[in-house]
Amino acid sequence: MRYKRDPDLIRKVIGRKVQFVMGDTACVYGSLLAGCSFFAGYPITPASEIAEEMSRLLPRVGGVYIQMEDEIGSISAVIGASWAGAKSMTATSGPGFSLMMENYGYAIMSETPCVIVNVQRVGPSTGQPTRGAQGDMMQARWGTHGDVEALVLAPSTVQECFDLTIEAFNLTERYRHPVCVMMDGEIGHLREKVVIPDEDEMKIVDRVVADKDDDFLPFDVSKKTGRKVPDFPTFGKGFKVHVTGLTHDTRGLPATDSQEEHEKLIKRIVSKIADDRDKLTMVEKVHLDDAETAFVTYGASARATEAAVERARKEGKKVGMLRLKLVWPFPIKEIRKLADQVEKIIVPEMNLGQIVHPVREYAEGKCEVISAPKVGGEMHTVEEVYRYIEG
Amino acid sequence: MIIVNEDWCKGCGMCIERCPVKALEQSDKLNRRGVYPPRLKENNNCNYCRLCELICPDFAITVIPDENLLKKTVKPKLIPVRRVRA
Amino acid sequence: MQELSAELIRKKYLRDEMWPSIFCNGCGIGNVLDYTLRAIEELNLDLDEIVFVSGIGCSSRLPGYINADGLHTTHGRAIAFATGVKAVNPDLKVIVFTGDGDCAAIGGNHFIHAIRRNVDITVIMVNNFIYGMTGGQLAPTTPIGSRSTTSPYGNIEPPFDLCELAKVIGAPYVARWTVSHPYRPIKSIKRGIEKKGFAYIELLTPCPTAYGRRNRLGDIKELWKWYDENTILIEEYERIMKYGSDEEKERASKMIKIGVFQDIEKPEYFEEYYKLIDRLKEGGK
Repeated sequence: MRYKRDPDLIRKVIGRKVQFVMGDTACVYGSLLAGCSFFAGYPITPASEIAEEMSRLLPRVGGVYIQMEDEIGSISAVIGASWAGAKSMTATSGPGFSLMMENYGYAIMSETPCVIVNVQRVGPSTGQPTRGAQGDMMQARWGTHGDVEALVLAPSTVQECFDLTIEAFNLTERYRHPVCVMMDGEIGHLREKVVIPDEDEMKIVDRVVADKDDDFLPFDVSKKTGRKVPDFPTFGKGFKVHVTGLTHDTRGLPATDSQEEHEKLIKRIVSKIADDRDKLTMVEKVHLDDAETAFVTYGASARATEAAVERARKEGKKVGMLRLKLVWPFPIKEIRKLADQVEKIIVPEMNLGQIVHPVREYAEGKCEVISAPKVGGEMHTVEEVYRYIEG
Repeated sequence: MIIVNEDWCKGCGMCIERCPVKALEQSDKLNRRGVYPPRLKENNNCNYCRLCELICPDFAITVIPDENLLKKTVKPKLIPVRRVRA
Repeated sequence: MQELSAELIRKKYLRDEMWPSIFCNGCGIGNVLDYTLRAIEELNLDLDEIVFVSGIGCSSRLPGYINADGLHTTHGRAIAFATGVKAVNPDLKVIVFTGDGDCAAIGGNHFIHAIRRNVDITVIMVNNFIYGMTGGQLAPTTPIGSRSTTSPYGNIEPPFDLCELAKVIGAPYVARWTVSHPYRPIKSIKRGIEKKGFAYIELLTPCPTAYGRRNRLGDIKELWKWYDENTILIEEYERIMKYGSDEEKERASKMIKIGVFQDIEKPEYFEEYYKLIDRLKEGGK
């Protein structure tokens, strides 16, 4: 691999430490600082700005940008690049995300680190291209076929587009599992202040590259105490690794007729995420300590919700908000705790009700769970969210 | 002589078919797959052109040239030239 | 080449634990692997510097049999994956094994665009006129009149000639051979790997199980004969089209052309891209 992360060069290319930029641009800045050296994409509203900024900045830091012939080709190239040793990323919106689903599953099965940014727009189908939505939250979790877990982040501010993109790269490299950054059209096109942290304020995780032992097995974790993520055997280093989407054994060779091998493999891939659920959980709590009514929300919907909570508090109402920064794996513990505490959970979303389902599942009937949907490409107003508090 | 990796042979018989000096035949012993792998005929005409080794899709034949028995090599057909005549 | 024995190939290049292969009796995909490995040996390449990429189908199982880095991907996407590998590490040789369904149907778009960009990969396409792994369905390369499980009354769709397609889009190296004549494919694969840019080598490979049987072409011996009798060298074809009689022309036009369709030099995509990176590093625009 020719790319080498050069923090000084990247900072020079990005420019000023404090900038007023779009969410899409902040996402690009984050990925560059995380050490992303390959981007393959296909233009789609409202994610095109990510490709545009990447094509401008990535070659300047020594990375490769390529505009592929479609979204399927994009995710394919991203996975190929990852195996050649690059931190790689693609960005798209709903229609492209749908096209990527097969290879999203391939990345999970082959344990390939890569980041997929989905700047969500109104669907289904072509829907409202220029309008934001949160309609792909379940697709990111269940869209590919077979048994999978998912690592899904949802930024609410432009600063978070930057921060969570870096976090996405750290998670994908640590878990060897694709990570989706589920922005939405509103956040992607919103301009806000972004502060670029200094190098010593940032945490960058790189993948653990395998050692070349004589008895190296590419998908074996038996030597790694408690850790279920195998070390990464980069192509071209003599590991002679066979990567396949077929059910494979610890050697990486197809084991398509073995029930035991499949169960062993899938349980490991799923549990490497699920076991770390509590460790992974990233939530923001607003006025929750004494709350009797709580909002559970994420992404752009959290902005109006937070304003509604502040207004309710001023009026003396015991209302709080739990904002999910990491939506999947689902923070089961936090929801259970909340359901024990409050009488009512309200879930504002820019869809007809998706994340309300796992909330209801893990509230386990201990409190009322209400969906607060908004569709059609407009964000909730504060007033709309506020009305749900009264019921 | 030829060494036949019997378990890898699937019995397609192309080695026998394409041998330019017709030196090979089916053996009379079934392998594990239930096919008859090739063997040299008793009257050994092999001139070690190694075409059988080259066209075996299963890497099942290795030809070991015997210097003492070197005969005039009959070249196998190398280029697929086909004249079209009406 | 004469010194390289099957035994040596086995030891040097194959994953013993994967053999014998899953291919049917008479299948030519093993030949394709044989010829590719012989080409690699003749070029004296280090196997650790090669990545084999494939999609889905019979032919795409090949990387699993080679003791080297292999990426067995999703249906039709091999060339797109290969593009990613090559982008990040242009020092690697990337060889793609693909089939006619994988390359011409579901992966057709990636195929034409990789040629358009001129990405330095070698695509070895196994053309057996049929979808073998799924049980013998109609492929974009199935000749008119052929029977498959999804064209039970005979195919009425005109087939694709991928060599002609690759040639007109401007692939630097395009060749087609049959597996029944080993030396030419080996030479072409060698040339393809050495070629800076997109090399496309199509190998007509018999499928006695799914294609031959349904079309009453007989056993593998008959099939090889069929290939010998129904292919024509490009040079011969062109000679006939210029000087032949009408009857000769009529016959030749029904045959499948084999030979080297194109061999030219063109700028390679990632070479150009890394030049761009260097230019930007020096403060260029």
